[in-house]
Amino acid sequence: MNFLKIIQVAFRALMRNKIRSFLTILGIIIGVGSVIAMISIGQGAKSSVEERFQSLGTNLLFVRAGSSYSRGVRGGMGSVTSLTAEDAEAIQEKCDAVKYASPTVSTRAQVIYRNKNWNTSVIGCNEYYPEIRNWTVELGTFFTRSHVKISAKVCLLGQTVVENLFGEGENPVGKIIRVNRIPFTVIGVLAEKGESWGWFDQDDVILAPYTTVQKRLLGINHLRSIDVSAVSFERMDEAEQQITELLRERHKIGPYEEDDFFIRNMSEISRMASETSNMMTIFLASIASVSLLVGGIGIMNIMLVSVRERIREIGIRMSVGAKERDILFQFLTEAIVLSVIGGLIGIIIGIVGSRLISHFAGWSTLVSPASIFIAFIFSAIVGVFFGFYPAYKASKLNPIEALRYE
Amino acid sequence: MDNHLVKLREIVKIYRTGETELKALKGINLDVKPGDFLAVMGPSGSGKSTLMNIIGCLDKPTSGKYFLEGKEISKYNKNQLALIRNKKIGFVFQTFNLLPRTTALENVELPLLYTKISGKRRRELARKALAQVGLAGRENHRTNQLSGGEQQRVAIARALINNPTLILADEPTGNLDTKTGDEILEIFKNLNKNKGITIIMVTHDPHVAEMAKRIIYLRDGEIVDEKLNI
Repeated sequence: MNFLKIIQVAFRALMRNKIRSFLTILGIIIGVGSVIAMISIGQGAKSSVEERFQSLGTNLLFVRAGSSYSRGVRGGMGSVTSLTAEDAEAIQEKCDAVKYASPTVSTRAQVIYRNKNWNTSVIGCNEYYPEIRNWTVELGTFFTRSHVKISAKVCLLGQTVVENLFGEGENPVGKIIRVNRIPFTVIGVLAEKGESWGWFDQDDVILAPYTTVQKRLLGINHLRSIDVSAVSFERMDEAEQQITELLRERHKIGPYEEDDFFIRNMSEISRMASETSNMMTIFLASIASVSLLVGGIGIMNIMLVSVRERIREIGIRMSVGAKERDILFQFLTEAIVLSVIGGLIGIIIGIVGSRLISHFAGWSTLVSPASIFIAFIFSAIVGVFFGFYPAYKASKLNPIEALRYE
Repeated sequence: MDNHLVKLREIVKIYRTGETELKALKGINLDVKPGDFLAVMGPSGSGKSTLMNIIGCLDKPTSGKYFLEGKEISKYNKNQLALIRNKKIGFVFQTFNLLPRTTALENVELPLLYTKISGKRRRELARKALAQVGLAGRENHRTNQLSGGEQQRVAIARALINNPTLILADEPTGNLDTKTGDEILEIFKNLNKNKGITIIMVTHDPHVAEMAKRIIYLRDGEIVDEKLNI
């Protein structure tokens, strides 16, 4: 029997019991649908976590000043004054796994424009900062190297600051605002990042040259941290290594002494977050696969009933020359057709379902081609696995007894 | 080599159910020439059906040798037997044994599904076979829309479609009234006479057995008598 004929025969047999076939398929539909929907929730969570990390910065490493220690008194984090702008320079120049490095200092300040005022954080950085932290300039331009060199009193405003200082439709570029009573010229507005981390609003910020912030606002010469962007995600660990070696050398730290800085590697954190959401995906998918399994058992059950009902048909087919193999394939094909149809409908239901979930629950979902493929293959395997035993039983029937069966 | 179509030598069939043994056939010797029309008679339990199943390659003898067209069938495995059933033998049963809710044409096509013949040619052959048994125009009637006589004709068409050398009929008129039964027997007779198809028919009706060229009588698994009709 050729392939098309086998499928045709299977279809006809299934159409004879429409309701029964539909109910059997329903088990697989629910199974595949829920696997796809659950994976989409997991993947959606993963991609939104990744997006958030991306908004923090690409391949980001923080070099923080460590704690100071003098006469038995330990200072807090960042109390060491050894981290300098020259360190940042050196990291930028000498570490080949590093793409950009920016010295950063920060403080909180009261900012005033005309009759409005607002308290926000001011971050001092260099011209590479937008590249490192994924900032884009919406209006105006970012400050340049020469602004940094001359400690120019210029700044860029985050969206939240703009909203709180300026009226609707007012262009802040070119205006002069006072930051702790020192006049700064606004040369640009930063595009909104949107993705916030809980209580932490990334858009509530003012960026200015670090030299200006050091001298005018803080009166210090050292840095709080250096933000570094590695060349690629894969080379982040290498970058960390290079920076550590370079800074130990520059700070003249002996082989048995502890670092006076520490490096926070965002790849570790984002990896951890990805792992967490992967785990969630696997967890959800395995719960959903239980329903697929139940669907498969449903198929087996119905196929056993079907074989029993059609013993006589099997006998007739055998008497006219059907081989064991022919009978085996006939029933196996029926099971596979059931599960594959269920799988296809399940995929559609799964996609629609995940859309509905993201619409009503507000969760982001992501249906990946891989999850569709896996679910489909899985449903076909369920068909083969649970269809085999009944089909095998049918093929091993004795033709004489089958013909006599009432 | 002799030219017997069917040659049975010392065929024994024993059924075992747990402890008890039932000797259904006790050493049958039988020769059937090509073109013969043989009726097998005997009371129920005499081993008629068992003999038919063995000749029809549905069952294997416990011991003894079975030659079909000179080939020793008793040594064949299940798949080879299925192939013989498909190519050489046509069955007609008392209960017709058609697939329910299936058209006459599809029923007749059935043996060809297990060959390499294309769909178009299958339908062509099936139509021809149906015409041969006088059912032209009823191809698309379903089994349950046909009368008993018509159903048996469909079964005969199905048996004919592979151009078998041997047709085995197990009480083919048992479920039909006398008139319809005679019509069916007429078809067998014509097939035997005009096409030279060998027919072996099991029956317990002497009137039906009269149609055959030769009658053997079975009792308790042994051939007890043989008679030639002129």
